[in-house]
Amino acid sequence: MSEKRNTVIKSTKKTCPQIVNYFKCTFPAKSINESYARTLVSAFVSQLDPTVSDMADLKTAVSEAVTNAIVHGYKESTKDSVVYLSGHYRTDGTVSVEIKDKGCGIEDINKAMEPMYTTSPGDERSGMGFTVMASFCDKIKVSSAKGKGTTVILEKKLSST
Amino acid sequence: MTISYNSSPETLNVKLSGEIDHHSAKTAREEIDKKYRKDGCKNITLDMSSITFCDSSGLGLIMGRYRTVKEYGGELFVKNPASVVEKMIRLSGMDKLINVVE
Repeated sequence: MSEKRNTVIKSTKKTCPQIVNYFKCTFPAKSINESYARTLVSAFVSQLDPTVSDMADLKTAVSEAVTNAIVHGYKESTKDSVVYLSGHYRTDGTVSVEIKDKGCGIEDINKAMEPMYTTSPGDERSGMGFTVMASFCDKIKVSSAKGKGTTVILEKKLSST
Repeated sequence: MTISYNSSPETLNVKLSGEIDHHSAKTAREEIDKKYRKDGCKNITLDMSSITFCDSSGLGLIMGRYRTVKEYGGELFVKNPASVVEKMIRLSGMDKLINVVE
């Protein structure tokens, strides 16, 4: 069976050096876990002694992606609504974080990535999630298939302190 | 996130401390709107100097309160936004719309 999977990559930098360390975790798609996810990433990344600004940017981007998975990916939370979070960093100080859900997927990724675009304006969503992710990271890769879920990969090269 | 109030007849002064994300913003906006309607103020000042984390949910919170005060002919002020908040405000271009004060 062929599966329609759309991928959009917005990149400003290229990386490929060796992976030094990685982590992997899963948690239920509950909004209370948004702070858990970004705190976990910040604890992991602190091994690289990042600047306060880089750390704040990465935490914010991760928070946006995890919130999207919980709010949009899993519109109705069930016991199977799980967010998959993993990440690694490389010898050159490039951090990569993957946020994955097996929710409803995004029909039109380019549309979803437009600033101020939101599917739930009544909910006071600003529609700035992807804009924040793209501005606060060097690279964002979004792949999604309707009914299958969405994967967001965020990459950021940390400046050394 | 913790919220504290200090109302004057014209303005509801709200001090927000801690982290604003989608989880905490939901409770905050409900509480602030309830207090605003109860006190019958015209304007809202959000003191965001003690915010330690802010994602786009914080923008939603600010934009939502902007709409609330506009409904009642009031003004929204964002006071001393912490750097994390200021960065989000600038990114969204909201600084052209709302009053950022010291």
